Amino acid sequence: MSASYGNVTVKGYRRDNGRVGVRNHVVILPVDDISNAACEAVANNIKGTLALPHAYGRLQFGADLDLHFRTMIGTGANPNVAACVVIGIEPGWTQKIVEGIAETGKPVAGFSIEQNGDLKTIMDASRKAKAFVHYASELPREDCPLSELWVSTKCGESDTTTGLGSCPTVGNMYDKLLPEGIYGCFGETSEITGAEHICKERAATPEVGERWYRMWKAYQDDVIFAHQTDDLSESQPTKGNIEGGLTTIEEKALGNLEKIGRTSRYIDILEPAEKPAAGPGLYFMDTSSAAAECVTLMAAGGYVVHTFPTGQGNVIGNPIVPVIKISANPRTVRTMGEHIDVDVSGILRRDMTIEEAGDALIDMIVRTANGRATAAEALGHREFVMTKLYRSA
Amino acid sequence: MPAPHLLAHEHADNVGVVVVEGLTAGTRMLGVVTADNSSFELEARADVPIGHKVALKDIKSGDTAVKYGEDIGRFVADVAAGEHVHVHNLKTKRW
Repeated sequence: MSASYGNVTVKGYRRDNGRVGVRNHVVILPVDDISNAACEAVANNIKGTLALPHAYGRLQFGADLDLHFRTMIGTGANPNVAACVVIGIEPGWTQKIVEGIAETGKPVAGFSIEQNGDLKTIMDASRKAKAFVHYASELPREDCPLSELWVSTKCGESDTTTGLGSCPTVGNMYDKLLPEGIYGCFGETSEITGAEHICKERAATPEVGERWYRMWKAYQDDVIFAHQTDDLSESQPTKGNIEGGLTTIEEKALGNLEKIGRTSRYIDILEPAEKPAAGPGLYFMDTSSAAAECVTLMAAGGYVVHTFPTGQGNVIGNPIVPVIKISANPRTVRTMGEHIDVDVSGILRRDMTIEEAGDALIDMIVRTANGRATAAEALGHREFVMTKLYRSA
Repeated sequence: MPAPHLLAHEHADNVGVVVVEGLTAGTRMLGVVTADNSSFELEARADVPIGHKVALKDIKSGDTAVKYGEDIGRFVADVAAGEHVHVHNLKTKRW
């Protein structure tokens, strides 16, 4: 007998655009790699701010540049961000990102370094960041329906216990919360290989399934087969996957797909970092299967809580989105338990059902939304990794 | 029911997953099929680490490995019931 979650509320932050956030960050966002130093200096000056250094933003073009802007704007626009300072080397691209974030109604200000130098930029941006910290720190948490949360998922360092325990736990959560009106998201295009026939059938309509299949096939043809040397068995499954007992990509994919449960259907396909636009429901985002890249893209799409099943113990976090770790592997829970938020190893002992595990995960989502720091947050994991589509000009 | 040594997803599966640490050859394993919680017994023919697979029946090289009731690759060696199944005797059909 599963609980009903229709009346459950969390203490969240209601943003001006109506979205619900569960964290209240003041972000210092570099437009480009060479503005990281100024952003980190501002974050060092002003306590309660968070710099997000990254490696890119210069001489990108075409779809790769579009993705860069989408990721930058989406990160600043995420409801877990209360206010944002943007710093770039020059004003043009800086202003473009500021304007994109400003559409949410939240406070945002841009600063550029050319003709000012790092020191003046840091001073001006620090004054603005300080004002934003005062603003953000007075925002109250208020009761918001659990059903308004956007909850993404991606698994990592998977093993055979993920397909038996932690991924079905996430699937059970989605089967319970998607009907209540949450937004869900899964991705990892390469990692569906071996289960693509099943994934295609899990679309809400045949048209969406066809679009999904074309997207999956394009990655196979344009990336995998264009660049492979021998086969991908050195990389997919990973060395950690193989240590954990996973042998083939097909086996890994079937376990991965357990994350979308039994009854859930995806309603649309998203480009990397794209914001969902088809209403509540489950989405597939075309992402890498590398954890930090994938979670960064889903956060930029607007998701505010991430659920992360792991077998062998991936330690990833994200700077703006709490990443909840779930593991069914008793050895991992024993040897690296400080990384695990939800222990579902009872599923393997048959003293915990998938139903009970799903309820335990939902309880942890509620507690995390209310403010509980995740293992990754407490341990300082802030992996912010941009996806690059091809070499810069 | 005591905690099982071995889990299989579906009755059609010909491999199962060891879910206890330190399993040694000769152990009379308690197995459970998670689809319906039915149980079975099988003797381990190797020391198998937690998370790794064993064959649930005698298998011929070239046979398809079935897990989740689905095709997960091709056996490249004969494997007896209870023996370790991994990269040494099972390969992807992709890539």
